[in-house]
Amino acid sequence: MATTAPAAPAASKGNRRKPTRRSRWWLEVGWKYPFAALIIFYAAFPLVFVLSASLDERGSLAGTSTLFSSISFANYQNLNDTLFWTWVGNTLIIGIAAAIGAVLMGAAAAYAFSRFRFKGRRSSLTGLLILQMFPQTVAFVAIFLLLISLGQVVPALGINSKIALICVYLGTALGSNTFLMYGFFNSIPTEMDEAAKIDGASHSQIFWGMIMPLVRPVLAVVGLLAFVSSFGDYVLAKIVLVSQENWTLSVGMYQWVSDQLTARWGIFSAGTVIAALPVLILFLALQRYIVGGLTAGSVKG
Amino acid sequence: MTTDTAEKAPTPATESHGRSWTGLGWGFLVKLLLMMVVNAFGVSAIMSAWNAEAWVILGALVVFLVVADWVYFSKRMLPLKYIYPGLVFLLVFQVFAMGYTAYVATTNYGAGHNGSKQQAVEAALIQAEREVPGSPSYPLAVVRDGDTLGFAITEDGTVEVGTADQPLEAVDGGKADDSGRPTEVPGWEIVPRGDLLSDQALAKEVTDLRVPVSEDANDGSLRTREGSTAKVYKSSMVWDPAADTLTDTESGVVYTPNDRGTFVGDDGSTLATGWYVSIGADNFVTAVTNPDYAKPLLRVAAWTFAFAFLTVATSFLLGLLFAIVFNDDRVKGKKILRTLFILPYAFPAFLTALLWQGMLNPEFGVINKWFFFGADINWLGDPWLARFSVLAVNLWLSYPYWFLICTGALQSLSGETTEAAKIDGAGRWRQFRSITFPLLMVSTAPLAISSFAFNFNNFTIIYMLTGGGPNFDDTSVPLGATDILITAIYQISGVQGGRADYGLAAALSIVVFVVVGIVSGLAFRQTKKLEEF
Repeated sequence: MATTAPAAPAASKGNRRKPTRRSRWWLEVGWKYPFAALIIFYAAFPLVFVLSASLDERGSLAGTSTLFSSISFANYQNLNDTLFWTWVGNTLIIGIAAAIGAVLMGAAAAYAFSRFRFKGRRSSLTGLLILQMFPQTVAFVAIFLLLISLGQVVPALGINSKIALICVYLGTALGSNTFLMYGFFNSIPTEMDEAAKIDGASHSQIFWGMIMPLVRPVLAVVGLLAFVSSFGDYVLAKIVLVSQENWTLSVGMYQWVSDQLTARWGIFSAGTVIAALPVLILFLALQRYIVGGLTAGSVKG
Repeated sequence: MTTDTAEKAPTPATESHGRSWTGLGWGFLVKLLLMMVVNAFGVSAIMSAWNAEAWVILGALVVFLVVADWVYFSKRMLPLKYIYPGLVFLLVFQVFAMGYTAYVATTNYGAGHNGSKQQAVEAALIQAEREVPGSPSYPLAVVRDGDTLGFAITEDGTVEVGTADQPLEAVDGGKADDSGRPTEVPGWEIVPRGDLLSDQALAKEVTDLRVPVSEDANDGSLRTREGSTAKVYKSSMVWDPAADTLTDTESGVVYTPNDRGTFVGDDGSTLATGWYVSIGADNFVTAVTNPDYAKPLLRVAAWTFAFAFLTVATSFLLGLLFAIVFNDDRVKGKKILRTLFILPYAFPAFLTALLWQGMLNPEFGVINKWFFFGADINWLGDPWLARFSVLAVNLWLSYPYWFLICTGALQSLSGETTEAAKIDGAGRWRQFRSITFPLLMVSTAPLAISSFAFNFNNFTIIYMLTGGGPNFDDTSVPLGATDILITAIYQISGVQGGRADYGLAAALSIVVFVVVGIVSGLAFRQTKKLEEF
């Protein structure tokens, strides 16, 4: 773009010009490779460091500055003595439940807004758009007090219940996902619905049998974004989940580091590698969709 | 938009399978089963709300359940059939939560003002409980049934059991040893003494447990100090509902309620437990005028804006720089390079913050070891260095986002305009400044605004990296140099321990909502999303 210029117009001017051509290549393109190496170093050295620290046999922060000075899986084995795998299980249960709920509710609402014409449709859409701008986490005090009251009536919806946390996450399902899906649903021609209707399909058959398979890509993106946001949430998980056996990874691993940063560095790094690897792979594999989703839902951060 | 032309279809000849008995019918059965489950849960929740005397929850449950049945068994509510489940969650956990925040902001809800007046009276009565002089001491067995703890004693040869909610009652078939301590209580499991000594939490539960002697509250209750003997305790306070006063029978002090939700005695003393009352805008006034809060909060607010702005600006510029440099067809292996460049973005944010917290450790951290020759730089301990570190870590975390966005935006710009500028004799810098950059801003500005709103509330990066520290040294409020409003709210709310002040925390939440609302409103106008539907 801005740095682009037609390359080497003086290509065939003979031997005398060759050094100039080469230096010109260096000036315009060549320097970008060392620059790229610099960026990669910047992007990757913390990740290499954590991998090396997770394989360090001493298991503490001291002495980790020499990369790969020892290779041992002691830290990974030590994870078995902690509640790490329980937390992984909790994180998966909560994340997957929140993701499935967000996908189903968001898709159903998007279908209704995209396919039916009803009174208050425009104002509902506007209302959703405005609501989703206000982050739920800011209201955590009210959510905390609400769950205390709810817990006295239905213990499963009270403090220290995973179900309660899933429900709290589902509170944002409609606001944040309907828009992303709404646009996608609109891109499927209504003529297809009408053809199905003439063939005798009911609205639920059209939704489950025809629309849902067609919008699978956007379902995957919404599900992934919902999962990642529950994976990364700390505030709500922390105030809802009280006992250690119910914690998610973010709450538990924060506790490790805030208690004894240096002594527990080994298990922390091992846990980080295990926790981050699936997300890393998923993200890189689906980067095209995720970036598209980020731009489409541009009102969200 | 294609849907604008779609009219509401005439009633289809065939009914939905969710409605008809004929035809396949399974759709209707599935719906019926689901609604049976929903109704069963709803009705049992309504009943327990009735028992707990939670009238607001009861009302909400009834409304939600009735509307659910109406929506799913009526022919006319077609769109709501699809919207309703999500709508319920939205109303409860988003809309209500926001409204409730606004309500709590006008109360003094928090430590010392934690419940209703009735609860405060009960707490005062419990607080004033004293051992009845000359009360017999009963050898005690602590018993449990699942999570419920109870006391078992023997009186006149019969074993009696009671819990916090259930006054003492004789049980058949209980056995006791010679001293009178029950050794076997049918339906209850006896907690061994050793457990009480080894399990601190359990021991506290036992010493907090009060078992009413009988249905009449004036008979007092059984309590224990060490878990082996129980004595009868009675309150020295007397509650007079008619006069709305509490009287201490020992000292003779009469406590009357004041309008701030506290009992004040006629000697000027106050009781520790109060109840919450509406105090109007006092929380907002406290935030700006109370010398303990005003200055720290002002600094926190200023840093919040600075942090959100600087983090967007730095990561945008770095991402843009990388995008421009590598948006060049002559560079080979761009796909691999791009994947490597965005590695930090794919790394979970909370792990990033925790990881950098270790790397920035002054003593053992690799940043000092590798890049500063082992110097002892206390990155997270000095106010300005900590602020710098937060920005630097967030830069690492978020430049890939802008790299991706800017690359996409650059590729979608047509080359013709820059071509034309070049023919007109514009230099590279001029092309960039006058053509590429303004065009780029059109597509990225809304994203920058929403990124600002996001970072305005970026709890994770601050809390996980510095915890808001280093703390201000000129105030007693637990706030620090890198605290942003949302982490300050978290500290003040006391949900994680410390002195709770839900009212002030909610008031600050409202301030954040207002700021986010204004910022999002700007983004909203910018994108003109409304025109799309």
